[in-house]
Amino acid sequence: MNGAAFIVISLVTLGAALAAAVLPNLMHAAFCLVLALLGLASFFFLLGAEFVGLALVFIYIGAVAVLIVFTILLTRRDSKEHLGLNWSGVLIACAVFGGLTWAILKTQSLSIIPPQARTLTVKRIGETLMTGYVWPLQCVGLLLTAALIGALVLVMEERR
Amino acid sequence: MSSVLDQIFVQGKRWLLSWLAGIPDWAIQIVSSLVNIAALLAVFLTLFALMSVLERKILGRMQNRYGPNRVGPFGLFQPIADGIKMLIKEDIVPARADKVVHFLAPVILAAVAILTLGVIPYGRNMTPFRIDGGILFFFAVGSATELAVFMAGWASNNKFSMLGAMRAIAQMFSYELPLIITVLPAVMIAGSLMPDKIVFSQGEYTLGILPRWFVFTPWGAAAFLLFFISGLVESNRTPFDVPEGESEIVAGHMTEYSGFKYATFFLAEYLGMFAISGLAVTLFLGGWHAPLRVLEFIPSYVWFFLKLGVLLFVYVWLRATLPRTRVDQMMNVAWKFMLPMSFACLIATAVWHYAGRGLRGWLWSLFVIVVVYSVLSILLDTRRKFARRVYRFAE
Repeated sequence: MNGAAFIVISLVTLGAALAAAVLPNLMHAAFCLVLALLGLASFFFLLGAEFVGLALVFIYIGAVAVLIVFTILLTRRDSKEHLGLNWSGVLIACAVFGGLTWAILKTQSLSIIPPQARTLTVKRIGETLMTGYVWPLQCVGLLLTAALIGALVLVMEERR
Repeated sequence: MSSVLDQIFVQGKRWLLSWLAGIPDWAIQIVSSLVNIAALLAVFLTLFALMSVLERKILGRMQNRYGPNRVGPFGLFQPIADGIKMLIKEDIVPARADKVVHFLAPVILAAVAILTLGVIPYGRNMTPFRIDGGILFFFAVGSATELAVFMAGWASNNKFSMLGAMRAIAQMFSYELPLIITVLPAVMIAGSLMPDKIVFSQGEYTLGILPRWFVFTPWGAAAFLLFFISGLVESNRTPFDVPEGESEIVAGHMTEYSGFKYATFFLAEYLGMFAISGLAVTLFLGGWHAPLRVLEFIPSYVWFFLKLGVLLFVYVWLRATLPRTRVDQMMNVAWKFMLPMSFACLIATAVWHYAGRGLRGWLWSLFVIVVVYSVLSILLDTRRKFARRVYRFAE
């Protein structure tokens, strides 16, 4: 049951990701990217990590996707002219793929069956964030606040 | 007797599943989910039909005229006539529209609305889908609404549609912040993101009379009001129906839709309204709990739907009495008033909790809310009359 679900979800995710990369219409590509992200979220659900999956849906589909879509809408569209192959992009993609493959192959724990993991509840995540990881959490909060203020300064009207 | 009536639907489902004793576990799970989904759809589609006629009736009554009263007794069969009309209407898709996205937008919108209904507890043991992060699920799935509205506006290839979608996204984003922050007090006090547990923590009675619903605390009342207003905005209802704005941008993102797709938009709007009101009932109005201990013999789901009905009546009432707001006024209220007030609710909740959850906490949290409210009204200077309107892109 889980294996079948895994295969179906991976096919959908990979297909959507490929479509997001090659579709000529940017808006369609963005919608396909949303589908791919939904596929990623369902992987988390399949693994029992509800919170991470929901956060992924919430942040990426609720906010980032809308941001992407707006960016496409507000920038100049020159999808008509073919840009040719972007060699630096290919290089970076290959490097990332190679690095990830190397990391996965080097990882030992994949072959070992993990010790009976406790089910991850939202409450436990909250407790961990508020005790062991409070310092990184505060740092991220500070960074986001700085970004928010920066964005506000950028769009503020100039007083004449 | 009363407990039998209370659990009659739960027992009914158990009885249905007992027929399938022989088949494997995962199949029973799937059938059980399907039963839940069928029940959910049956109840809320009926409620949608009922609401569409009742709303017109109430609106008519408030405007000194009869509502629909021709089809069936008291015009109650009006939704059937409407449904048939919508089904046999021609479905027109603009020639330059993006056909696939144009088709998908209403479907996604309705699907999202139905999904969000799935995590609300409708009665004792009557939550269709128990999820550990139910509240998070509600908002995570609900956030796809914005994308669906954008898809509708963009795919129609029409300026009115695009403008409507832009307005919708702007207001939904702005009000999602107070909406989510006002949920947090209830989550903090219950110590769980699970709607069932939040309802459960409102079950007791103070002095045996007053129910411990969150709305009876200062922070709860303030959060409930803010939540309700944000919910009005999220479901695009009057007085915040700026994205539709029939008189300005001819129904916004729905301009290029006709026939059943148009009806689907309305279905999604109403289901979204039910979902957000249902969540308000769950979070602040005690969910399915009875207001008095002596009234507990009435089944829990009756109480839930009674409370839901009251909130829906307020929705209609507001629609009948208030004119549409302006976009800039809405945005100002969202960022300058709603957001600070919802943070104040959060602080007041913490004060209430640490002052012992009793009378002392009650007074202290009232104090916090009143202070923040007064400071905000002095800062925003609400007594100042309307400022001169400045046009940025027109002379």
